[in-house]
Amino acid sequence: MSAPLLARYAECIFWMARYVERAENLARLIDVNEVFSHDRRGSHNWDAVIALNSDRERYIERHGERFAPELVIHFYCLDANNPTSIFSCVRAARENARALRPLISTEMWSHLNVFYNDLNAMRAQPLALGAVSKFCSKIKQAAQAHTGITEGTFYRDQGWYFYQIGKAIERADQTTRLVDIKYHALLPSLSDVGTDIDISQWNAVLRSAAGYHAYRRVHPRGMSPKSVSGFLVFNPLFPRSVVTCVRQVDSLLTELCTRYNLRSGHKAMERLDELRAALDSWTVDSVVNRGLHESLDFVQGQLIGVTDGIQRAFFGVDQDTPLAV
Amino acid sequence: MPAKSANGGVTISTGPQNPTARPRLAGYDPGAYFCEFLGHRQTSCAPHAGPVFDRLSGIDPAELTARARDAEQELYNLGITFTVYTERDAIDRILPFDVIPRVIPAAEWALLEAGVSQRVAAINAFLWDVYHDQQILKDGVVPADLVLGNKNYRKQMIGFDPPQKVYSHVCGIDLVRGGDGVYRVLEDNARTPSGVSYVIENRQMMMRAFPDLAEGLAIRDVGDYGRRLHQALTDIAPAGVDDPQCALLSPGVFNSAYFEHIFLSREMGTALVEGRDLLVENDRVYMRTTAGLAPLHAIYRRIDDDFLDPRTFRPDSLLGVPGLFEAYRKGNIGLANAIGTGVADDKAVYAYMPRIIRYYLDQDAILPNVETYICREPEGLKYTLDNIENLVVKPVGESGGYGILIGPRASRAEIEKTRAEVIADPSNFISQPMIDLSVCPTLLDGKIVPRHVDLRPFAITGKNTWVLPGGLTRVALREGSLVVNSSQGGGSKDTWVLA
Repeated sequence: MSAPLLARYAECIFWMARYVERAENLARLIDVNEVFSHDRRGSHNWDAVIALNSDRERYIERHGERFAPELVIHFYCLDANNPTSIFSCVRAARENARALRPLISTEMWSHLNVFYNDLNAMRAQPLALGAVSKFCSKIKQAAQAHTGITEGTFYRDQGWYFYQIGKAIERADQTTRLVDIKYHALLPSLSDVGTDIDISQWNAVLRSAAGYHAYRRVHPRGMSPKSVSGFLVFNPLFPRSVVTCVRQVDSLLTELCTRYNLRSGHKAMERLDELRAALDSWTVDSVVNRGLHESLDFVQGQLIGVTDGIQRAFFGVDQDTPLAV
Repeated sequence: MPAKSANGGVTISTGPQNPTARPRLAGYDPGAYFCEFLGHRQTSCAPHAGPVFDRLSGIDPAELTARARDAEQELYNLGITFTVYTERDAIDRILPFDVIPRVIPAAEWALLEAGVSQRVAAINAFLWDVYHDQQILKDGVVPADLVLGNKNYRKQMIGFDPPQKVYSHVCGIDLVRGGDGVYRVLEDNARTPSGVSYVIENRQMMMRAFPDLAEGLAIRDVGDYGRRLHQALTDIAPAGVDDPQCALLSPGVFNSAYFEHIFLSREMGTALVEGRDLLVENDRVYMRTTAGLAPLHAIYRRIDDDFLDPRTFRPDSLLGVPGLFEAYRKGNIGLANAIGTGVADDKAVYAYMPRIIRYYLDQDAILPNVETYICREPEGLKYTLDNIENLVVKPVGESGGYGILIGPRASRAEIEKTRAEVIADPSNFISQPMIDLSVCPTLLDGKIVPRHVDLRPFAITGKNTWVLPGGLTRVALREGSLVVNSSQGGGSKDTWVLA
């Protein structure tokens, strides 16, 4: 019998993993958007990024209707007052890590601490547009270093499972958001079909998910909204696809509950089973015919349900009676 | 053998008996102060510190400074920090770290160890007595009202028998040396002494950054502290529990000692819990875990008595655990330190400590007190007021160096302000002669200069008492300053006890 895991720790580690994953995804999106997403007049279109996090209202509150690139960049990269900025994600990850210091490895903590302190120091100056790509690379590398340090140093008892589950749920969620927003934003108008712009936009979507090369291996020729969406949602080998992540959550959760004899995870399991059943029965065509947005919305809803189930089962929300002593 | 001095203390001969000429650190001059390296007005080094002294002399000060800077950066990166919260920001700061260690020879340490153990034994005997028969009060050795009227006396503890009769499981004794080189106790910390994490982290840092300084020296290890603390917790868990679950109870991330809480729970391999993680049911304590409520058997608590249990103590406390005290009284949970130890480390009770030691242990104090005038006693008050400009005046209830008047360094106005306060509430004050704290070579702005230090050894008491062979050497970094507290510009040094 291994040591019990404090419910609060499970919660912190679940969210620590999610926040690092979120920061990484956001960095990818901004980077790719910056480099590839020019419209035909050569200017950036940031609407999709803002829509991704449902941030429009909060953005307008701060900056009005001015969507100047440097404002949007600041809002998403280093704005401490925007809870969905990369900085805020890293800060939240580090705050969780701070509470977890007795549990996680010193190297995991120290790395996140330095990561945060570096970002915090960068806030002294505005981020120049020319530096955005470099900034995003730095974020991606730091997040990947975090993943590597975790892989190599984090003791694999219960806490490790909650970490991996959090990471996989966040990743699935980010991919559904990316596909959802881009699919609708980029549905070609009649005059655009087959033009270079259209392709470069879908190219960008794939690159946001680090999926361009993998996609090309599966589809050496051609690129359509449907094939890209299908790849990102259903490909069972691509590490960021929705199906891959959901399968991961499923096997991790099952293993966690079995190995540590946790009996209260069934609510989360039920939601997960529903989600898996749906994903197994869907095809790209059926999803597009039925409405991609509705399908992805269902996936997101189920992921929220799974998170809620995990929260209630393991994070001490509903506990009031002791186990048999 | 150490010679016994007239005042009952022991003079440690730090100066060389057969001086061998050693190169002095260029420009280092401790003046009239007792120096931890040179002894008293010595120009050549004491034998125990010789190797370190020589090696320091051999390192270019610029290199020393660069390595010191790297070491501090590493402490910052590792989060060996305390956080200062302003309205806008949370700023992490390290406790300034001086890379020149303080070295204590074996014989000197043996004496400190014995002195600290003796003190801890007396403190625990005293606490048992004042919460049971109160014999020492009946015998008039310590004034009854000083104890029973003390704000840290917890009447809820009367008649309660803590395991092993131990109250102060973790105790820190603050020691200073004056111009005569005699170690004296300046203050007892019987509640929640902090700083031990720095002792251990400083050592690890020194061994990484300055392995050359320690080369070939037999320095006693400080890494055993976590295991010893865990053992003490196991000792106080309810009888009959195999493999008791222990935890460290912290007020949370906003506490200035939060790093230490993390450090100790990591060293012990136990959870760091906050009040919200615990629950009392049927007078038993549980942790909220992923598998439901799991029983907990012993707690190293870093929350003050007042905040521990809103049902028994301050009702507005959100940090504590409702019902914890009742579980404790029923013997279902071990608490370290016990509740109510604050009455033993009160600055007024401190003055009676030599008599308390004699009363319970029938021994003279191995480590003498600093001479102390108790303002609640008429003659002490008179002496204090007559000599205030030469004395250090301390409010008895404060910690962290707050509210202290250092007469010889104070302005007329400050002296008069304190005088008025003492007259208004004499029993809140004690006074002591100013001790010219010993100095230790310290690296500042690229130069090695003398700075005043004190020493806090830590003792853990479960079934036995163990004194960590080392301790927190705090150093007042401001020139001339005698205040070593971290809240007032103090830093720390590694403390090397030689085997």
